[in-house]
Amino acid sequence: MQLIIESLFNGVAIGSVLLVAALGLAIVFGLMGVINLAHGELMMLGAYSTYVTQLLFKQIPMLKPFYDIYVIVAIGIAFIVSGVVGILLERSIIKRLYGSPLETLLATWGVSLILQQFVRSVPLAYGSGVVVALLIALSSPLLLPDDLLAGTKGKFIKAGTWFLSAIAGITTGGILSSLVSKLGRASARNVDVTAPSWMRGGIEVFGTTFPKTRLLIILITLISVVLVSIFLSKSSWGIRIRAVTQNRSMSDCLGISTETVDVLTFGIGSGLAGVAGVAVSLLGSVGPNVGGSYIVGCFMVVVLGGVGNLLGTIIASLSIGVMTDLIGAGRLLTIWPTMPSPLASTIDFFATTSMARVMIFALIVIFLQFRPAGLFPQKGRMVES
Amino acid sequence: MTLLEVTGLNTYYGESHILRDVDINLNKGEMVCLIGRNGVGKTTLLKSIIGLLKPRKGEISFEGNSIIRKRPYQRARSGIAYVPQGREIIPYLTVEENLNLGMEALPGGISKNKGIDPFIFDLFPILQTFLYRKGGDLSGGQQQQLAIGRALLGRPKVLLLDEPTEGIQPSIIQAIESAVKTIISETGISVLLVEQHLHFVRQADRYYAMQRGGIVASGQTKDLSKVVIEKFLSV
Repeated sequence: MQLIIESLFNGVAIGSVLLVAALGLAIVFGLMGVINLAHGELMMLGAYSTYVTQLLFKQIPMLKPFYDIYVIVAIGIAFIVSGVVGILLERSIIKRLYGSPLETLLATWGVSLILQQFVRSVPLAYGSGVVVALLIALSSPLLLPDDLLAGTKGKFIKAGTWFLSAIAGITTGGILSSLVSKLGRASARNVDVTAPSWMRGGIEVFGTTFPKTRLLIILITLISVVLVSIFLSKSSWGIRIRAVTQNRSMSDCLGISTETVDVLTFGIGSGLAGVAGVAVSLLGSVGPNVGGSYIVGCFMVVVLGGVGNLLGTIIASLSIGVMTDLIGAGRLLTIWPTMPSPLASTIDFFATTSMARVMIFALIVIFLQFRPAGLFPQKGRMVES
Repeated sequence: MTLLEVTGLNTYYGESHILRDVDINLNKGEMVCLIGRNGVGKTTLLKSIIGLLKPRKGEISFEGNSIIRKRPYQRARSGIAYVPQGREIIPYLTVEENLNLGMEALPGGISKNKGIDPFIFDLFPILQTFLYRKGGDLSGGQQQQLAIGRALLGRPKVLLLDEPTEGIQPSIIQAIESAVKTIISETGISVLLVEQHLHFVRQADRYYAMQRGGIVASGQTKDLSKVVIEKFLSV
């Protein structure tokens, strides 16, 4: 019994990471039909943001007393970092490729390679500088009054904001690299995020120990899912996003600026990848390739859950998480030791992380043969038309 | 007073030339009907006016300002509402949310404009009954009423109506017809209507007849002769 609970718990924790990341992927895919292969790398950026935040809180005297809450701060920072990079990706590349899914696929794959190499060969301090510069440059048109940006004068002002933000970025990079020497050197090696002391250890309930980091991951996921669903169902922007998702040209004719909706949605979807990245950094070490090991799982969740279905996404990610843990850690054998030997040896064969993935994908492929539209296909009058 | 003026409009789908030098105008408080057989470019003209299609040549001005370079959402916010053929209800949004979206064209959009003006429910009582149903679950006629109601909530100056009676049962056609008449007399908006249904065509003040992408006849609807009707309406 205890084993089953432990296994379920671990599975839910792994599934939680998938859920947050897949939620972002599903929102973006649902809205624009864009398959963003760089989504995993946006998670990776979120994980690195956690690492940078941790170092800053450890090494800068002013922030040191608040070291214990750096994880909470990192969630916000990771959301912003990945969101900003996502918005840049949308504005610069994906926007030009709407309606051509194959080109988008290739382009985002290329971006994922660029991002991987970027964290390998650019010192993290200057990487942070780039994000700061982008943040200032992208948000300045929203903050400045409209009449300042009109006409020829506006073009100069816009160019000026880009120039200023470039300077701000370089300064940030310089300051960070002089303050924290580890951030000043480029490194392709994996880094580790250490949890603050209050997050180490576990909570014991009825003789089962639940690690606190995993509890925190589940909590982060829960909050993200609730916030996203409230945002989508209740807020004005949520209604606009849903309208554009379902009928882009008519939403345009009703007075919705579809471009703004695209930017916002891509930012939120990418930001969620960043939040998932924080969770990833708490589960294991962080490297340039960390996104790749999650991206396929995210796509599986989206396919299995049915596009644009929150409940389907939740069930799919949690069940993939639980199965990964059950099969990959070989827990089935521990739970049922008297298993007949041919079955036992099969299960033993699949009891590694990579083989477990093979097994799960095979199961998903079989499942999709029977339900091609996923767990919860869209129903009703509108499907036929 | 001319509210909407289209001059020398040429629109293409790829390489095929659809609209050829179209000139029409619409005055304030006027109902104008576009007639013509299938495939002569009526819908293309409406889509060019709302901005879904980009004309290669020509000019569209609204209240004296050129809108040819404006995006559809900017045209909607300036006061042009579009009810397309096939209604284009947002399917998984409730009737209420669909109606709310109509107010996106008002200054401040749906964030600042809350509460649906009840005159919509006087015009189309069925919408109040089905307020919490999904838009896509309504019948064709109900969707048409929803689409018109949604367009009106943006308090437009011009309403573009594309075949509002197509494929709809006769009792609802009458409801829609009388609603459109009420709207014009009460709010003073202008309507540009594409229609095949003769009874509805006769409600309009003026008509333009289209053939092969161009305007070939125009005049007062009361002068609409049998010959013209037989030539341009597929009845």
